[in-house]
Amino acid sequence: MNQATRRPELICPAGTPAGLRTAVDAGAHAVYCGFRDETNARNFPGLNFDRKELRDGIAYAHEHDVKVLVALNTFMRAGAIDLWKRGIDDAVEAGADALILADIALIAHTRQAYPKQRLHLSVQAAAATPEAIAFYRDRFGIARIVLPRVLTVEEIARLAAAAAPCETEVFVFGGLCVMAEGRCLLSSYATGKSPNMTGVCSPPSHVDYREENGDLIASVGGFVVERFEKGDPAGYPTLCKGRYRANGSLSHLFEDPVSLNAVDLLQNLANVGVTAFKIEGRQRGRAYVATAVQAFRRAVDAMAAGEKIDVAELRALTEGQRDTTGAYKKAWR
Amino acid sequence: MRGHLPPVIAKVASILPLLPLELVARHLIANAMAARPSFASRLAEHAGRTFAIDPVDCPFVFLLVPSEGRASVRVVRDLSDAPHDARIAAPLIVLLGMIDGTYDGDALFFSRDLSIDGDTAAVLALRNAIENAELDPSLVLGLPRRVRGPFNGAAGFVLGNLRRALDAPEESGPGRKALIA
Repeated sequence: MNQATRRPELICPAGTPAGLRTAVDAGAHAVYCGFRDETNARNFPGLNFDRKELRDGIAYAHEHDVKVLVALNTFMRAGAIDLWKRGIDDAVEAGADALILADIALIAHTRQAYPKQRLHLSVQAAAATPEAIAFYRDRFGIARIVLPRVLTVEEIARLAAAAAPCETEVFVFGGLCVMAEGRCLLSSYATGKSPNMTGVCSPPSHVDYREENGDLIASVGGFVVERFEKGDPAGYPTLCKGRYRANGSLSHLFEDPVSLNAVDLLQNLANVGVTAFKIEGRQRGRAYVATAVQAFRRAVDAMAAGEKIDVAELRALTEGQRDTTGAYKKAWR
Repeated sequence: MRGHLPPVIAKVASILPLLPLELVARHLIANAMAARPSFASRLAEHAGRTFAIDPVDCPFVFLLVPSEGRASVRVVRDLSDAPHDARIAAPLIVLLGMIDGTYDGDALFFSRDLSIDGDTAAVLALRNAIENAELDPSLVLGLPRRVRGPFNGAAGFVLGNLRRALDAPEESGPGRKALIA
């Protein structure tokens, strides 16, 4: 295998057309994005693409030899499935290089309607066993699976081997979901909305911030999830990273406010057969996209050249101003 | 405080009338809206909300109401008698850096250089609309296209030095790069 084919693809977030151009200019091999509705898991106000913006964005990316992956990775709502089917039609017509899907019925529909369209399995499908991956690969011709962020490198190695020739993609930077994605109901419990069905975790319409004596108090759906003391770094108002009192002590029961940063594990992940590295953050600004994409592109290029580089600039972008390798190195699993 | 203007500037500004500042702000925002006519479409149902843009190191607050094709702005001394739907607060140089893409809003929130309250969804919609607008100094000033490159380069140099002088958060992203290009 030559060096060029061993270099994993860098998959970068694009929340807006400007974000897409920023990612392309910063060195992305591919960008991922979604329509401005509930068909994708980053359905936040002011974010995403209308049909013309997607066509223009794909044209810009293709001019620069960059692929565009369109996420339609929420689960179809009964009585409204045409919204998702129209999204598929429009993404294919716009020239998407691949569609990122989670709903098994939508995958079946897409494969039947567009036999030659490249399909990726979203992390939202939570396929984390060789059997599940083989099913999607053999039944629907899924070309790549995005693995959940709850696996160790050793588990990824076994899954990547079992998945072949289906490619594997893993998250290497950004927001860290500590739950099995697609199955997490915390946001639904608190707000009635979730990334799975409506494309939003802790929807901003249900988030409230208030200051009290310099402390920042964050609530979701009426539940106080965190009190950041004056000057302390803050995090997203997600229930999984909230601080709760249980059995008399106050702690982050599930996970601290912290971002995933696997830049030091890129070589390990490539060695076990991972095909693509994904940067989370379609909800982030152009400054984040430019910094994270440039840093990881340098890291991927350096890795391919057998070198190691310092990418300290990533720390300033992280939730809680801290990073972690997440489950990738968790020995307790 | 990180990124704050020296207190003497706030003291001087507190005795100056607000009307000239309001007229300048109206002019700059009109330029931005003319250059980005689809700005409000990204706000969707949040168009027409009143946003309090609060430079915490200055003795005034901007009240911005963006709507289809235009935006109104008022400048007030404080918010106690000024109804608003949401408030975005940070030092002036940080707010300017959010407009030109130098800073990532989430990162500023994590580091506590930026605070928000009120309608969180409206704040996010405004942030994302500004992100997509790719505003730069020459565009906001309404300068002709032929001078934009050199002007943005000079403005980027000045703002970058000012950020360093004020010990503002470290800049990143395409904002400064775009200004220099």
